[in-house]
Amino acid sequence: MATKINKLLLILLMSMASIAGFATDQHDKIVEEETGEEETVFNPGAMIMHHIADSHEWHLFNTATFHATIPLPIIVYSAQRGGLSIFSSSKFAHHGTYNGYGIHHEHIFAANAEGHEDTSVKVYDFSITKNVASLILSAAILLFVFISVAKGYVKNKGKAPTGMQSFFEPIVSYVRDEIAIKMIGPKYERFMPFLLTVFFFIWFNNLLGLLPGGANLTGNIAVTLMLAIVVFIITLINSNGYYWKHILWTPGVPLPLRIIIMPIEVIGMITKPFSLMIRLFANITAGHIIILSFIGLIFLFKNIYIAPLSVGFGLFMTFLELFVALIQAFVFTLLAAMYFGSAVEEHAHDDHDHGH
Amino acid sequence: MLNSILLDGLALAGAGIGAGVAALAAGLGIGRIGSSAVESIARQPSESGKIQTAMLIAAALIEGVALFGVVVCLLIALA
Repeated sequence: MATKINKLLLILLMSMASIAGFATDQHDKIVEEETGEEETVFNPGAMIMHHIADSHEWHLFNTATFHATIPLPIIVYSAQRGGLSIFSSSKFAHHGTYNGYGIHHEHIFAANAEGHEDTSVKVYDFSITKNVASLILSAAILLFVFISVAKGYVKNKGKAPTGMQSFFEPIVSYVRDEIAIKMIGPKYERFMPFLLTVFFFIWFNNLLGLLPGGANLTGNIAVTLMLAIVVFIITLINSNGYYWKHILWTPGVPLPLRIIIMPIEVIGMITKPFSLMIRLFANITAGHIIILSFIGLIFLFKNIYIAPLSVGFGLFMTFLELFVALIQAFVFTLLAAMYFGSAVEEHAHDDHDHGH
Repeated sequence: MLNSILLDGLALAGAGIGAGVAALAAGLGIGRIGSSAVESIARQPSESGKIQTAMLIAAALIEGVALFGVVVCLLIALA
């Protein structure tokens, strides 16, 4: 019969009785970087950066004797090193150089005879890095899920939805009714595929990044940059005359104000996708940094009594990050729909008749 | 005599203070949104769905601006 105090004590006990994990790898790596340090000092900054940044191999976990990493293919092109080279990243493991290439902190360079960087040789890195592999994986998952949902609709034609369908149908309806129709209006169907894709893509990738051993894909600014650029391009392609008129020659305001408003609106055209990019990137990356910091506290203090604090706050932050994953996907989709709506807006309001 | 170590330290201190101010500002702004949202739900419980949606959107937009500041501070601290 578990009373409230018993439950609380049990939770506290379980948070302390963690598996004795061996935090060996980050210490060893850091000793090489910290010149002049005799003892192994834990560098939380390096640990956090290692988990957030992209990497040429997929590092899962370390035990005392075994480093579980999945080596990913490295694809480099360099005219002076014989063109295209494709090899596994495990070739870099022992020597640090292979086939004329070397790697330092995830930067691939052309190595000269001593193994140092030869700065005169230009190397183009097209490797399948951790983020690229995660992107392919999440694309495969999305395709699998949604093709099954679509097949379910064919199979259950006229009947009630079953299985995965019944989970996704309310969400798709919500995106259509509350986001697309409300923000875009009658021409919403053209944009529905993109809005649904971007919503589920961002949501799935945010969630996958929270798993242990997951890749931080939406926290990579290049990925969010491309999403924002696509939103920008779609807005430009679908823009009609009224959109440009409102930006360049805002109706309904006196003339001197129009001249001032024009450069502001033009810059505003650029800052809107830019803010989309920064918002998603910073939210996800900041969340990961906070959770990693709490876990890093354990290694920093080297004391079991920090465990309730770390586990408690870490758990709370993880739940918050689960919520943020959905919210950020929702906000990105909503703002994209708003921008599309302003681009295709018909002349419904007669605002150049006001203010006279 | 400001030598380069002091300048580096000042830059990092600036980054830390900047991030703190950004967090403070985000807290203030989102707190105000939250309070007015809760008040409106108390006045009209039937509209709570719409109010909640509007609150989330406004919170996300304000958080975006605060995170601009955080990103700038990160850039200062790490580069």
